[in-house]
Amino acid sequence: MNRFLLPLGAFALLVIVLAMGIKHSPEKGIIPSPLIGKAAPSFHLPVLNDSARTLSTSDLKGRWYVFNVWGTWCVSCREEHSFLLQIRKSGLIPVIGLDWKDDDDQAREWLAQLGNPYEVVAVDRDGRTAIDWGVYGAPETFLVNPQGIVVYKYVGPLTPAAWETEFVPRLPAHQAAKS
Amino acid sequence: MTGLRPAFRRPPAGAAVPGRGASSDLFVRALLIWLTMAVLSSTPVVLAVDTTQLANPALQTRYLALTHELRCMQCQNQTIADSPVGLASDMRREVREMLLAGKSDDDVRNFMVARYGEFILFRPRFSARTAWLWLAPGVLLLIGLIIAVRVVRQRSALVGQDNEPVEEDSPPT
Repeated sequence: MNRFLLPLGAFALLVIVLAMGIKHSPEKGIIPSPLIGKAAPSFHLPVLNDSARTLSTSDLKGRWYVFNVWGTWCVSCREEHSFLLQIRKSGLIPVIGLDWKDDDDQAREWLAQLGNPYEVVAVDRDGRTAIDWGVYGAPETFLVNPQGIVVYKYVGPLTPAAWETEFVPRLPAHQAAKS
Repeated sequence: MTGLRPAFRRPPAGAAVPGRGASSDLFVRALLIWLTMAVLSSTPVVLAVDTTQLANPALQTRYLALTHELRCMQCQNQTIADSPVGLASDMRREVREMLLAGKSDDDVRNFMVARYGEFILFRPRFSARTAWLWLAPGVLLLIGLIIAVRVVRQRSALVGQDNEPVEEDSPPT
């Protein structure tokens, strides 16, 4: 009996470790953001369609907003674009764009052709703001509350399913009821 | 050995051809393999992604060390020193500028961890969350040692019990 105890125990341990690995495998490649629960990183950037204007984090305080990192070079951004337009149409929450390391003219052309889902687009030409936000690939979408705290981060093209399960429930009830 | 080589390579019997024996053939082959490997392994140096050269040699050393221990978050299994993607070069720029501004290595690490999490460090720091990562190898080694010692003791105890000479097999007749 005793001679089976040790191998069986070792086997059970291995099963537990592997089961944990399988359970977490859908999250593989998605790195939890250390920004969740912290203040949104501050920035002060030019605005895409208005060269006279700049946008700062402080301008956005006092209301919920979605912060969407995109670029015309980003293929998956095209994929999520129509859904972003839907969010804009719903009027549920403003979408703020961060045009990451992009060509301004191409970005304007993109919005003219595909429609503009953004209330305002900040331009991050040298990629510093993206690093401050811990962005490692576009598209990435953040949810920020009126106190300027990052509530949630979504990596990859935004889908209606992810929107319904991850974003909408985090919004205050009266906002969620409007949709 | 000789049987594997084509016949025309074999020197005629009796005629001693200097430097064309089996050993020199082997030597040439080894040299070729060595050369191939040398060329292959030196390729990354030739195609170095990062050609940054800081004026201060001490800073350059720290720069190289830091960029080799920070993960490129876009490609995830390369360091930012090795990755050609734009994000990695942006991150190298941050490291460079922080070093030139007189920041310490830990300042740079903290800056990156605050934005990207512990995952960005190829050498995770010791904390409550990473303790198992650092301690597991030692613990496993200890378990292995204990098992090994026990097995060896049991075996040597068996030798003491069984002193009779081993029965010899006789070849079949």
